[in-house]
Amino acid sequence: MFANLDLQQLILGRFTIEQIPYHEPILQATFAGVAVVGLAVLGVITYFRFWGPMWRDWITSIDHKKIGIMYCIFALVMLLRGFADAILMRSQQAIAFGSEQGFLPPHHYDQIFTAHGMIMIFFVAMPFVTGLMNFAVPLQIGARDVAFPFLNNFSFWMTVAGGILVMVSLFVGEFSRATWLAYPPLSEASMSPGVGVDYYIWALQIAGIGTLLSGINLIATIVKMRAPGMTMMKLPIFVWSSLCTNILIVAAFPILTAVLAMLSLDRYVGTHFFTNDLGGNAMLYFNLIWIWGHPEVYILILPAFGVFSEITSTFCGKRLFGYTSMVYALVVITILAYLVWLHHFFTMGSGADVNSFFGITTMIISIPTGAKIFNWMFTMYRGRIRFEVPMLWVVAFIVTFVIGGMTGVLLAVPPADFVLHNSLFLIAHFHNVIIGGVLFGMFAGVTFWFPKAFGFKLDEFWGKMALVFWVSGFYVAFMPLYVLGLMGVTRRMQHFDDPSLQIWFVIAACGAALIACGIASQIIMFVVSIRNREKLRDLTGDPWGGRTLEWSTSSPPPDYNFAFTPVVHDSDAWWDMKNRGFDRPLKGYRPIHMPKNTATGAILAALNFTFGLAMVWYVWWLAALSFVAIFVVAIAHTFNYNRDYYIPADTVSRTEGQRTRELEMA
Amino acid sequence: MSADAHHLSGHGQDTHDPHAHSEGGHGTVKGYVTGFVLSVILTVIPFWLVMGNVLDNSLVTTLVILALGGVQMVVHVVYFLHMSTKSEGGWTFMALIFTITLVAIMLSGSVWVMYHLNHNMMPMDAHDVMNNAR
Repeated sequence: MFANLDLQQLILGRFTIEQIPYHEPILQATFAGVAVVGLAVLGVITYFRFWGPMWRDWITSIDHKKIGIMYCIFALVMLLRGFADAILMRSQQAIAFGSEQGFLPPHHYDQIFTAHGMIMIFFVAMPFVTGLMNFAVPLQIGARDVAFPFLNNFSFWMTVAGGILVMVSLFVGEFSRATWLAYPPLSEASMSPGVGVDYYIWALQIAGIGTLLSGINLIATIVKMRAPGMTMMKLPIFVWSSLCTNILIVAAFPILTAVLAMLSLDRYVGTHFFTNDLGGNAMLYFNLIWIWGHPEVYILILPAFGVFSEITSTFCGKRLFGYTSMVYALVVITILAYLVWLHHFFTMGSGADVNSFFGITTMIISIPTGAKIFNWMFTMYRGRIRFEVPMLWVVAFIVTFVIGGMTGVLLAVPPADFVLHNSLFLIAHFHNVIIGGVLFGMFAGVTFWFPKAFGFKLDEFWGKMALVFWVSGFYVAFMPLYVLGLMGVTRRMQHFDDPSLQIWFVIAACGAALIACGIASQIIMFVVSIRNREKLRDLTGDPWGGRTLEWSTSSPPPDYNFAFTPVVHDSDAWWDMKNRGFDRPLKGYRPIHMPKNTATGAILAALNFTFGLAMVWYVWWLAALSFVAIFVVAIAHTFNYNRDYYIPADTVSRTEGQRTRELEMA
Repeated sequence: MSADAHHLSGHGQDTHDPHAHSEGGHGTVKGYVTGFVLSVILTVIPFWLVMGNVLDNSLVTTLVILALGGVQMVVHVVYFLHMSTKSEGGWTFMALIFTITLVAIMLSGSVWVMYHLNHNMMPMDAHDVMNNAR
């Protein structure tokens, strides 16, 4: 019998069939739902014979536009998962008072808030931001792709591999219960012996490689591949914000990798970096993870700022007010982002010197941010504002984000933070800036660039419905949390004793329901727009009266983006070209040198996923095997010399001829 | 990787940013020899200081060795990694300065923060008391 047990351990590690939580009713329903939806999706793909095109045109594609779109789709799918967690938490907190325990036991509730936070940051906000940057940056600088197209595909699939690992934890084993940053000592092996924290660690390590590589890729693209004439101070502001974000990524993500590696050493080989005993110090983990964590906040918000800048100047028909100050604000934020990390743990016990230093730097960082808000408002001032859906998101953002910024400055005052730390006030604050800033920015960006990506606009009515529900839902859901936070209610509670608080949680749950309507409106918006695509078709390639180079191409742009590299004379290059009566060159096309698709990215990511899963379950033979395989495949790929091709001049000429006909029709 | 970069800068080779082709330079024999000689000298001096017991004060010896180590790093970066204010249109130098600034902020900040760790806390056990009395 023992021999039998050992053999099982050798083959399956610590996995046993009991680890599949099929006995919990909520999970049973989830299993059933996922199975039905999954089968339906597979059925649809098979029915429309989409497997081949999906593999050839998407999975192996190294076209930055397609990778950008896939990032956004991935983010939207993960948003549904993260939001499902949010709905569960809101309804649990609305009913679990007094003798009523609600429907989620603590064990399950803790997994849900951990998964919610981690998924929303790493697998919704990050892919969204990276997706928009991937799609728009090369087009805006007049390039044909990113600097390292294969690396781009690899980065995307690594992010997806991390996301899938998190999703697997829902069905096999459990997820971490140690909060979204896996604070020790709770995340140490002594407190969390199960697989949850290991799922968390490996998902982040794998996705983190993808993020880091895509950061390097986009920096190289922006520095090296700008169209002639596009000096740094003529860069579109979205490209500037992307550059700053990617610099932050490249400088910050290695810290996350290192600190998680130390945590995994603690868990796997028994070191004592962050344990309570034998010289470990959990506060060192807090310190290190927030040196990554605070720049991460700016990694998310800066591209959103870029999107808002582009949209504001486009829909006001004006050059962006204070371009130079905007650029300096971005750069100053990039540096200051590294000087504020301690404000996340003012209460850890450091003295007045340390706390006041970090309190003041935190307040200083609101100055460039405030300057940006004024720049947007001065751009709107005396502009011919067209209140189309992207612009409405900008207005919603300005109002909402200012409130979030002010509560942030409040939290930057150390004595105030001693009262509000870890309270629902903090929860309300960061949802205020992340939903009101990042998410609204991404929705605005998706609405803005959707016609560029697919050749037709999104339905306006449902876009507005989504906006109304999201904005009102946000306020109804999170304003009560400010109140509760001021009353001293702490975060991460599965149950409350004081019944007088219940009404606030009920209101917040109603807000979550409104947001659910917002998400439903967005799904309807996509369905309706795809059905009415002929009516919403954009033949000009410039549906909004755009100002930057991406609007000079057809919608969707051809594989090679630009038949001729544009020459830039102004920061609003396309606006300038239109004003000077730009004539599209109609002949003299030359073959265009392009990179070839490759499956290596997807294969490597699949191997990384296998490696992560094997490490989580202690299946050492599989971990070793997949680790070796990763290196073999990566090295083998370097011998693949068949990685580029020329689009013949004929094809270019045909594509551009089609574009000429479309322009005549429009 | 460099193959990728080559292909891609090959895309718009006729029209793209002229800086894209100003390579960082791969150094000359003279440069490598200078770097080698300087490194050897900078390595020999610390050995001589320690083995010959030249300075009486071991603290001074340590500081001198650390300083020479710092110079050694600069020599490597300049002669072997071809760092100059001009390579790649100044981007490499700027990246270096940025990296040094951030690493300095992170290291000194972490040391400061961790040193201050228990400033506002009540001593909890003998170990903490010892730490605070330091």
